[in-house]
Amino acid sequence: MDELLKILQANATESRENIAKMLNLPVAEVNRRIADYEKRGVIRGYQAILNEDQLGLDTVTAVIEVKVSPQREGGFNTVAARISRFPEVRSAYLMSGTYDVLLFVEGRNLREVAAFVSERLSPLEGVLSTSTHFMLKTYKRLGVLMESGHAEERLSVAP
Amino acid sequence: MQKKDSVSLRNRINATVRDIPRSGIRDLFDIVSTMKDVISLGIGEPDFDTPWHVRESTMFALERGVTHYTSNYGYLELRQALAKYVGKKFGAEYNPENEILVTVGVSEALDLALRALVTPGDEVLYHEPCYVSYRATILFAQGVPVAVETKPENGFRLTRAMLEARVTPKTKVLMLNFPNNPTGAIMGRQDLEDIAAFARERDLIVITDEIYGELTYDSPHTSIVSLPGLRDRTIFLHGFSKAWAMTGFRLGYACGPAELIEAMMKIHQYTMLCASSMGQKAAIEALARPESDIGEMADEYRRRRNFIAAAFKDMGIECHRPLGAFYAFPSVARFGLKSKDFALKLLHEEKVAVVPGTAFGGCGEGFVRCAYATSMENLKEAMARLKRFIGKL
Repeated sequence: MDELLKILQANATESRENIAKMLNLPVAEVNRRIADYEKRGVIRGYQAILNEDQLGLDTVTAVIEVKVSPQREGGFNTVAARISRFPEVRSAYLMSGTYDVLLFVEGRNLREVAAFVSERLSPLEGVLSTSTHFMLKTYKRLGVLMESGHAEERLSVAP
Repeated sequence: MQKKDSVSLRNRINATVRDIPRSGIRDLFDIVSTMKDVISLGIGEPDFDTPWHVRESTMFALERGVTHYTSNYGYLELRQALAKYVGKKFGAEYNPENEILVTVGVSEALDLALRALVTPGDEVLYHEPCYVSYRATILFAQGVPVAVETKPENGFRLTRAMLEARVTPKTKVLMLNFPNNPTGAIMGRQDLEDIAAFARERDLIVITDEIYGELTYDSPHTSIVSLPGLRDRTIFLHGFSKAWAMTGFRLGYACGPAELIEAMMKIHQYTMLCASSMGQKAAIEALARPESDIGEMADEYRRRRNFIAAAFKDMGIECHRPLGAFYAFPSVARFGLKSKDFALKLLHEEKVAVVPGTAFGGCGEGFVRCAYATSMENLKEAMARLKRFIGKL
């Protein structure tokens, strides 16, 4: 993977000037590459990674395993794409194994997620069954630990 | 109890030990450790944590009761893994049975090598600026340290001419350290070929400390042991501190001809017995997938190296391009301050710690060592502070 993308993945707010320094490239070249990635849709957005537990929100997240009957044309994609369009669905993946599609669904409370599953997801044509698990605590998200790191262990000056 | 007359202890201390000044790094440490909010570019160890799989398997080893003495040489399983790794990465084959010795860091290995080789009065050639312990370790071994000065105009590389100027019939050992702490210099194959020819013609034993061997940024590392005729006159030193971020495990090793390793083992056996069993188990795990462990860290060091070199250039600070290890060694001579005064003033005014070049030998005057083994956020802030600082000088 292009090192530029690695840097942005680690910190999307890194300034273009600093990225240019790190990669030993002119700033204009960094700008050009980022614009190109955005245009081609390789970079699809920039988001903050939040520790939602710390915000004390009462929202809930459910992980839902969905069994899907593949369609004659389009296989799993047709149904999965339809499911993905619901704004409640934060992430959706096609899986190997005992179920077909894995969803991460957010709602304001347990009832809202339950309503989504029973009223919107389950009745969809092609959805055979669902199994819903509620998340209790987040330890790590997108490669970032939610607990702050321990204090610097190293001596302040060393040979 | 009867009060005794006070005893003069200073005169009882071995004269060599007494006369060696304490490390310049310790002076600075004493000051920095009393201050708050200092950004330290003075730390000669990785800021990364030891890879998790290494730590996890160490805990597992402890659970299983791996808490006993090991063979004096170290676990055979570890020596076998080392033989494979060194063969592949550094290009020299060693017999794990009797040509590899596991030590408590490279520091112990260096001490053993010098004590095993030096008879009082033998001269040891080494290059400065260099790691803080070299001169002292030679003196402790009752050798005569003979320093050769490397220069920025030459990328702090060592040349045969420099060595020829200082070699004498009493020279027995040549010590090398590339990639270099504190300069970040490396030696390419061509550079090393000249040095290898010199060692062969002068019939010297070479001790090569390649602890930063995995950390080169623009070209792959070449080891002098891989050059013709060098393996049989060289003690190769390496360890896990830098590339695997395992400094606290204190695990190093020496590879060399059986006779030399046997001599080193004799001292090790009576003074250290063996390296810690826990650290050795960690090292076995570390060797399981070095590419993935080291790759990510090396990429990050490269980005930081690029960043710090560009930042110095923006500020008009002269700095030879560091090619390995994780140190930059810029010149601060034009600011009209001694290295030590520059470092202290920077510390007091902007709370950025750098190490005066003189900690690494007299020819380090006019330079400071900046370790980029710290987060990019810290580096950015440190460079901003440094810019403000030199603007006021």
